[in-house]
Amino acid sequence: MPVRRSRLNFVNLFLWVLGGSILALAAFGAFLTIQQGRLSGDQWQTLIVAGIALGSVYALLALGYTLVYGILFMINFAHGEVFMWGAFTAYFAATALNNAGMMASNPILAFVLVLATAMLVSMLVAVMLERIAYRPLRGAPRLVPLITAIGASLTLQYTARGFYGSGVRAYPDFTLFDGSIALGPVGMTVKQFVVIASAITIMVLLYLFINNTRTGRAMRAVSEDKDVAAMMGINVDRIIVTTFAIGGLLAGAAGILYTLLFNQVHFFMGFLPGIKAFTAAVLGGIGNVIGAALGGLTLGILESLGPNLLLTGYGIPAPNQLKDVIAFSVLVLVLIFRPAGFLGRKENV
Amino acid sequence: MTRTDTPAAGAQPLLELTDLHVYYGNIEALKGVSLTVGRGEVVTLIGSNGAGKSTTLRAISGTHKPRSGTIKFEGREIQHLPAHEVVTFGIAHSPEGRKVFSRMTVFENLQMGAFSRREKIDDDITRVFDLFPRLRERRSQKAGTMSGGEQQMLAMGRALMAHPTILLLDEPSMGLSPILTEQIFKIIAEINEQGTTVLLVEQNALMALHAAHRGYVIQTGKILLADTAANLAANEQVRQAYLGEI
Repeated sequence: MPVRRSRLNFVNLFLWVLGGSILALAAFGAFLTIQQGRLSGDQWQTLIVAGIALGSVYALLALGYTLVYGILFMINFAHGEVFMWGAFTAYFAATALNNAGMMASNPILAFVLVLATAMLVSMLVAVMLERIAYRPLRGAPRLVPLITAIGASLTLQYTARGFYGSGVRAYPDFTLFDGSIALGPVGMTVKQFVVIASAITIMVLLYLFINNTRTGRAMRAVSEDKDVAAMMGINVDRIIVTTFAIGGLLAGAAGILYTLLFNQVHFFMGFLPGIKAFTAAVLGGIGNVIGAALGGLTLGILESLGPNLLLTGYGIPAPNQLKDVIAFSVLVLVLIFRPAGFLGRKENV
Repeated sequence: MTRTDTPAAGAQPLLELTDLHVYYGNIEALKGVSLTVGRGEVVTLIGSNGAGKSTTLRAISGTHKPRSGTIKFEGREIQHLPAHEVVTFGIAHSPEGRKVFSRMTVFENLQMGAFSRREKIDDDITRVFDLFPRLRERRSQKAGTMSGGEQQMLAMGRALMAHPTILLLDEPSMGLSPILTEQIFKIIAEINEQGTTVLLVEQNALMALHAAHRGYVIQTGKILLADTAANLAANEQVRQAYLGEI
């Protein structure tokens, strides 16, 4: 229920009307689009698959936000840059392996190596971030680490720019993943398949890790009560670093999967996916691991399908230019009507 | 229940607090507390709300660092150690308000209690389940969905999982019915008979003095009285202030 400030009933009424009309407009747009039959069934299917692929990347990133929030109640706004550094590392690793001819001779090993280095570097960046930018501020008022996070984000962005320039770099092609594949009636590119399959594998592993290992249990304990967790013998600082490290690993994986989809790296590339993954985490219920995965997929599908479904009906040209509008409208609507997200904060780390 | 009225005379105390000063910000919560607990004893610390009982336990378990003074456990100073190391010395803390991990199952809570130990814990689980049969029935239930009494049992069971030499018990009777309180105190006696030393903090002074060998009365951060439990229970001042007699 959004009626938390009952004295501000006028404001609530306004928000309901606003939200209602946005939803009505969206529904009417979808109706028009479908009625006009602008897109074929195959095209819809392509959009959904693309949305799931993109959503898988958002989900991996959103998990990083949600894990850190679950333990520190802090939004690590530099997480998008951890992702960007993973993507850059993947770019350099892939280029080097390409020049060495490994991408041609042993493409699978090359991919695994690229993935491993990207995840490792992202993990190191995340761990350094915690040690340098956040740990000294533990116990400071909440606003302070938030500002530091923004500072750290800019530092990481412009460090990348200083080293590698502001140009867009094309990613060497993994010819291994060219072509397309059919899963039953659903066709997709091999790259999309690799992205979705890797993301699902990583998320299942994470889930099992959190629920069934000693460290996973310790993470859950720390997220419930740091003092009592310490009384049990848990080194809370170590668990916090571990959490950042896991978030970094996931961001690194997201980085290489993202470049697999879009084939380019850029020093500013972490910003939008980072903010969107944060949106996804809020959408699912920040602090909730399953929520983050769900939120990521939802946002990816909305972003891919939304502009075409909701806007083409109104005859808006190039609706895909407006996909970010849709993504962030969703964030605003969720914050207004369901501030706790889909799943709230019930079971999580 | 054996109840000797002799303090740990002569023997080196298991736990020794000397002139402990603890602050919350600028507020001095403990103003030079000294107390000792002998091996095998049940010692109680009684006093009213805000007197510094919980703060004393938090200082011992390393959860809140004292500004000055020493805490010696088995002859070693531990006041500078972080909480997660203190527990490995054999000091387990069952905190005020139970503080079970509510989103975890009963079994997982017990596993957390044994986090500081790397060996097999099956026997300890059995021991806790024998002490608290109720927990056996609820082993897969989320701790947050249990009643206050069950959560108290879980908090104590979780602390026992650390194999403590000394168990710090903070207000185990808080919010419990008289029948449940009696049950909890019986189990405290049983735990003590099995060889665990107990430092018990209680607002329910009557029950605490009944269960303990010795007691300390704490008031606004200072130890007011120290004596055998029987003498304290007979003390006029104590009876008036803490046993509800006028």
